[in-house]
Amino acid sequence: MALNSKIKELHEKRNKLLLGGGEQAIEKQKALGKRTARERIMALLDKDSFNEYDLFVEHEARDFDMDKKTLASDGVIIGSGTIYGSPVAVYAQDFTVAGGSLGLMHSRKITKIMDHALKMRMPLIGINDSGGARIQEGVNSLAGYGEIFFRNTISSGVIPQISVILGPCAGGAVYSPALTDFVFVVDNISKMFITGPEVIKTVLGEEISMEDLGGARVHSEITGNAHFFASSEEECFDQIKKLITFIPWNNSHKARMFEPAEPSAECNIDKIVPDDPTLPYDVKDVIRAVVDNSDFFEIMELYAKSIVIGFGRMGGRTIGFVANQPLEMAGVLDVDSSDKAARFIRFCDAFNIPIITLVDVPGYLPGVDQEHAGVIRHGAKLLYAYSEATVPKVTVIIRKAYGGGYIAMSSRHLRADFVFAWPSAEIAVMGPEGAANIIFRKEIMSSDDPDETRKQKVEEYKKKFANPYVAAARGYVDAVIEPSETRRFLLHSITVSENKAIQMPEKKHGIPPF
Amino acid sequence: MKKDEKLEILSINTSLYKTRLSKKFKNRAQYKSPDPLTVLSYIPGTIMEVIVKPGQEVRKGDPLMILEAMKMQNIMKSGINGRIIKILVKKGDKVSKGTKLIEME
Repeated sequence: MALNSKIKELHEKRNKLLLGGGEQAIEKQKALGKRTARERIMALLDKDSFNEYDLFVEHEARDFDMDKKTLASDGVIIGSGTIYGSPVAVYAQDFTVAGGSLGLMHSRKITKIMDHALKMRMPLIGINDSGGARIQEGVNSLAGYGEIFFRNTISSGVIPQISVILGPCAGGAVYSPALTDFVFVVDNISKMFITGPEVIKTVLGEEISMEDLGGARVHSEITGNAHFFASSEEECFDQIKKLITFIPWNNSHKARMFEPAEPSAECNIDKIVPDDPTLPYDVKDVIRAVVDNSDFFEIMELYAKSIVIGFGRMGGRTIGFVANQPLEMAGVLDVDSSDKAARFIRFCDAFNIPIITLVDVPGYLPGVDQEHAGVIRHGAKLLYAYSEATVPKVTVIIRKAYGGGYIAMSSRHLRADFVFAWPSAEIAVMGPEGAANIIFRKEIMSSDDPDETRKQKVEEYKKKFANPYVAAARGYVDAVIEPSETRRFLLHSITVSENKAIQMPEKKHGIPPF
Repeated sequence: MKKDEKLEILSINTSLYKTRLSKKFKNRAQYKSPDPLTVLSYIPGTIMEVIVKPGQEVRKGDPLMILEAMKMQNIMKSGINGRIIKILVKKGDKVSKGTKLIEME
């Protein structure tokens, strides 16, 4: 039958294109410990859920003998599918085809799926593995990047955007991931930089390996460009799938509800926090003691560790957690931790995810390097993000909440909906030692035994101010609660905030201190 | 947090906190106030030409050397009236940011 022969022809055409850059190129890709673009999509999506589009797209370049070359699907695979039943739009650059280089049609395929994701209001996942611009296509390549960056920006806050770096992503190409919400990297596979080691060596005489310049670890620990670090592609896909379960499809949805579950009995909230505010503990233990199943999904685990951010569920609902980490740098706020938390708060706010803030903060990190790095400007981002957020905001002051740190960490004054404090809370302008030194300076200086007087005065100050009751007396704290009551109070606050409505003044957009 | 983990002390507003210190904090550069008698490269690049000689008197604004960086030839000028004591680089040297180039008095 005629149709049968045409179907056969389609199969032949497909099978040829499904090989991408051919068997040799695939072998090379595998030798680098990398999967092919198609294998990656299959590993990420639900079985048999992938619908591919634009398989037959071809480039039209003529210069530099390009008219004699065919590039399978122009080096990028696009389509949509599902992850645990949730729809996602996907593109994956195919390094086996001309090094995954970006030409005009390659970029048109990417922008097509981006437009589709935005129109259908579903998350977009971009898998990057590309040598960069296709030089032969000149300014058309640049135009392509620009069109992608524009769409990343327009889609920001409407649909969640995820970038997965599974190969090189260099030069201008890095700005698409930088504009998206979550960047995933894999050890020894991901490489991101604006100018590569060779250019740096020629121009500046500095020698550095690709890994040390822009490897997965660098972006997870030093630059803060990456949100999730994995040791293998497999682990990376598991992380992406888990993230998808916590976030909604778009900004008019809420995240999917799960069956509520109690925290593990092993997480005893009464035994985590030492009384002495100068002693450390792991604040993630406190989070695990209040979330469903004790399951906390941390984001940017290796960067600016003095603040912890991530998702957990309470009563089956996704919650964004922000917590000072006394175990790392005493939990101070600084340039990097303010940046990290502020961006996360804005994500939660954009996508209807309530924010729970756990406070144990000694203040801002002192130092010339911090001041000169702009701790004023960056610290302001945190105030901005919390003030602007209209999702339910619940704050628990665990221990110290000193000075500017107290204000910044979702205080009542930035319109937190509920503020609770443990009996161990110390809400004050600064720690007792510093405060006593200033207030009782004269008495201490003129005393016959200054050390003894200082000790007495510190104690006096502690008794009077190092507690939650001064703030509670003004209504800045809604309730002083026992640690074991925390989950109950949080669950109730989140439940009653379900229909929270706030009127914000009309404006085009605010001007955060970028 | 391991039970026997060795922690360090961080001082914030005279309170001493037991905690882990970040690499970034430990490796932070100690601040030094700028010394007008030492000329440093303000950008990484290559020395194209050394204009002055040791012993030479210079006035504020006189050109000292040409430093090529980012495909631009930058003329480094004297910030003070003084005398060149020592020149620590020669034509063709690649220098990183903050390299000592000239000592003056």
